[in-house]
Amino acid sequence: MALDKAEVEKIAHLARLHISEADTEEVTTRITDILTLIDQMKTVDTESVEPLAHPLDMVQRFRADVVTETNTREQLQDLAPESQDGLYLVPKVIE
Amino acid sequence: MIEKTVAELSAAMTSGDISSVELTQSYLDRIHKANDSLNAFITVCDDTALEQARVADKSRAQGNQNPLLGIPLAHKDIFCTTGIKTTCGSKMLHNFISPYNATVVDKFNQAGVVTLGKTNMDEFAMGSSNETSFFGPVRNPWDLEKVPGGSSGGSAAAVAADLCAMATGTDTGGSIRQPAAFCGVTGFKPSYGRVSRWGMIAFASSLDQAGPICKSAEDAALMMNVMAGIDLKDSTSADREVEDYTATLSDSVKGLRIGIPKQHFTEGLSADVEKSIREALREYEAAGAILKEINLPNSHLSVPAYYVVAPAEASANLSRFDGVRYGHRCDNPLDLEDMYKRSRSEGFGDEVKRRILIGTYALSAGFYDAYYRKAQKIRRLIKNDFDEAFKEVDVIAGPTSPHTAFGIGAKTDPVTMYLEDIYTIAVNLAGLPGISIPAGFSNDLPIGLHIVGPDFGESKVLNAAHQFQLFTDWHKAKPAAKGGI
Amino acid sequence: MEWETVIGLEVHVTLATKSKLFSGSAVAFGAEPNTQANIFDIALPGTLPVFNEEALRMAVKFGLAIDAEIGKRSVFDRKNYFYPDLPKGYQVTQLDFPTVGKGSLTVTLDDGSERTIGVTRAHIEENAGKSLHEDFSGMSGIDLNRAGEPLLEIVSEPEIYTAKEAVAYLKKLHTIILYLGISDAIMAQGSMRCDVNVSLRPKGSDVLGTRTEMKNINSFKFVEKAIYSEVERQKDILEDGGSITQETRRYDADRDETSSMRSKEVANDYRYFPEPDLLPIVIDDDYIEQVRATLPELPDAKRARFCDQFGLSEYDAGVLTSTREMAEYFESVATKTGDAKVAANWVSGDLQALLNKNNLNITDSPIKAERLTDLISRIKDKTISGKIAKTVFEAMADDSSSVDEIIESKGLKQVTDSGEIEKLVDDVINNNPDQVQQFKDGKEQVIGFLVGQAMQLSKGKANPGQVNQLLRDKMK
Repeated sequence: MALDKAEVEKIAHLARLHISEADTEEVTTRITDILTLIDQMKTVDTESVEPLAHPLDMVQRFRADVVTETNTREQLQDLAPESQDGLYLVPKVIE
Repeated sequence: MIEKTVAELSAAMTSGDISSVELTQSYLDRIHKANDSLNAFITVCDDTALEQARVADKSRAQGNQNPLLGIPLAHKDIFCTTGIKTTCGSKMLHNFISPYNATVVDKFNQAGVVTLGKTNMDEFAMGSSNETSFFGPVRNPWDLEKVPGGSSGGSAAAVAADLCAMATGTDTGGSIRQPAAFCGVTGFKPSYGRVSRWGMIAFASSLDQAGPICKSAEDAALMMNVMAGIDLKDSTSADREVEDYTATLSDSVKGLRIGIPKQHFTEGLSADVEKSIREALREYEAAGAILKEINLPNSHLSVPAYYVVAPAEASANLSRFDGVRYGHRCDNPLDLEDMYKRSRSEGFGDEVKRRILIGTYALSAGFYDAYYRKAQKIRRLIKNDFDEAFKEVDVIAGPTSPHTAFGIGAKTDPVTMYLEDIYTIAVNLAGLPGISIPAGFSNDLPIGLHIVGPDFGESKVLNAAHQFQLFTDWHKAKPAAKGGI
Repeated sequence: MEWETVIGLEVHVTLATKSKLFSGSAVAFGAEPNTQANIFDIALPGTLPVFNEEALRMAVKFGLAIDAEIGKRSVFDRKNYFYPDLPKGYQVTQLDFPTVGKGSLTVTLDDGSERTIGVTRAHIEENAGKSLHEDFSGMSGIDLNRAGEPLLEIVSEPEIYTAKEAVAYLKKLHTIILYLGISDAIMAQGSMRCDVNVSLRPKGSDVLGTRTEMKNINSFKFVEKAIYSEVERQKDILEDGGSITQETRRYDADRDETSSMRSKEVANDYRYFPEPDLLPIVIDDDYIEQVRATLPELPDAKRARFCDQFGLSEYDAGVLTSTREMAEYFESVATKTGDAKVAANWVSGDLQALLNKNNLNITDSPIKAERLTDLISRIKDKTISGKIAKTVFEAMADDSSSVDEIIESKGLKQVTDSGEIEKLVDDVINNNPDQVQQFKDGKEQVIGFLVGQAMQLSKGKANPGQVNQLLRDKMK
């Protein structure tokens, strides 16, 4: 399936990736190639096949409702690009 | 000494022939000598390694008999380690120091291993050549102009060139087995759920699995004895008893039914590789195994389905890298949108971005059924194929890769690169255990034999691989002897 | 044209667990920013979710309370979008296989009529963090304490037709949730939030019109007002021949109007897919029955029982079962005093007034059920009169002593000594010859005045029945 540049831009926006004008062409071609590979899936009829989301035939384990974590804010915020007063800072969020 | 297997080193330390400190120093010396040309390590931990070695020696003196005590190991840089950078081969995390350890790391620490450092890898484990690493490509010790395979290329190259006794790797579509094949070492991917994924940076959650890269199947069994087991922090880790994987290594292969998928011996497989694999299979036959051709009719769909499932999961798994709480943030963002887009575009390399885009597309409105759901259905067909096959055979064997290591920079087209994993990917989709062991050479480059077992049949796979290594010595060949480094 | 309003409500309640949905972090309200945001909650690479069973139990409880289908196999999905308060870049929720399926609840409207409103589903999901918009050198601050708290999202069928019905539905939901104890459900603190979908259609049509959504309205009153306001706006547009844009709107309570959020986001495309870090939750009938066994008596059942067992009116029973605590309070007093009518009057009258005046919950009442029981018992054993009881009640609000101590210390004990009462009666007869004559002439109602005089003389302590009887005897 061939993608056009507008579609690539739309996906890039959903994925919050910036693709420069110069690269769009190449990215579009590459992705179209990959989609062509993927499209081989269409050669098999899967109408009655149950999808398999996970290789493990198991069910979810439960955790007891117990607080096991302590406050490690200072250590964690050492990793943050920008923080102040215990908050992670980001460019203004406009709702 | 550094060329020896874990089992041999363990014996040497027990008998007092060598201490962990001496051994560790030897590996460190080797790393400092060879890493410039191999680029197998991103981070080397001289001081802490020697400290761990001293502790191990003391512990051994006090009677600790853990077989891995004091053995120098390297972790793929995808496992979170406190106090040591965890980069995942990406600019995004080039300075990231995790505040917690992966369960695999904790388990090796508890066993008393010495951590030499962290190995290079394809960025976020996305690649089959180790060329996508932000820290530059790893070189194959057998031929420095060739790739080591990927994504665990650093680990495979480090083991092959004796920069460590053993290493960890992860395998989402072949990332342990293919580099093991290219570098002439043993690489084992356990069943999905056998080893905890806690602390292992996720690429594709339903496919990722950690495993050993080492010099023999016996070493893989020793490592698996440490790595395997339920972890309550990972909901997808299996609640099944862990066997002693060394216990059954010496079982005979007499009567072992080996399935040979006819789809793995068709066009695309290089003649040299086919020849070596056929010979390897004859060795098994000679040892009493029964060869049986089997049919995996949907195996040609595994690469297409994988390149939907893995990128889809990855597209979500990599959303957390947004420049807010850790990792790379762009300079002077204009606004929130700009911060997201530039941080992510600067932090991720081309292949990672490509896969995020593919995954985003496959999940987007209007395409979900045609791509994601379809891929899951094919995943079911592939699993069914294996289930059918394992009704008739005990293991399945064939080539790990269609050819030997290719040149650095030789494959620029992603689709060609994706087809590298044509024999390994189905195993991840089905969640099965698989191993690659050395089985010959072509033009002085190693060839890997791929052995796959049924769900949680790790013992059977390791046993079959070990037996092969008893009657062949491909795994003992060393690149230095062949004019590598 | 006549229009019909169609309303659908999506209510989020924070489940009252001790720890988060997928991590062992605390969920205390009002903690310092990010002190409850640990490695999983801030989405450090390599971390994985582990499911808190208590959230499941609470969701199942809710499902059973609204007579819903319980999902024996529920599946978590990832809902993908970027927002700084969403650390993983996706929210874990349940799309196709929620824990709670179709159910319903019955609401009573102001005119006493009842309506049953369908609940489409209720699913478990995780909360996002909070963006603080105060100025941090031109930036926003992100607090992830709330991120990963367990939520239950309860989705109604679009079959609510008036703002009043919407409020009645919300109040009923609120009551049930508090009865179950699965959430504090405090709208002002955000532990209960409401998104309102509103559309109009020509009366008689069965096709839904284009809807707008108003998110995070934080009081019942504002829900009502927002609906009125949005209905008017839509009506104006439609009657002018315009069409409604499907969008999210914000309700501004100060101006009593809604306005478009004008989100720059093209169209949301959440790219849901099954969460591969979690496996399906599978429960069986035994599990469901075990949860059922922990259900309290629910408001409808309690109300019916109160009517039946205590002979209360529907209205009184409704008031007294409006919260589980009030119902328990009332039932304790009614049972111990053996007089449900009197208990009902005290609880819904004086006690409620006292609580309202001091803005207290019944659990914080200065007068506990035991003391009110004692007070009523003193009326019944004639230690005090009903009137004096009011004085005692007022004193009890500020004085934690026992009822008897208060009666004693204030000297409020009813005078029943016949000699003392006789003296009072004699005084009254002597001091009011005109009225005595009128009574004797057959003006029966004068007795009230005379009893009043006697009571006044006794400072209210005389037993009015005794006074009445003695007056009649003496004036024969």
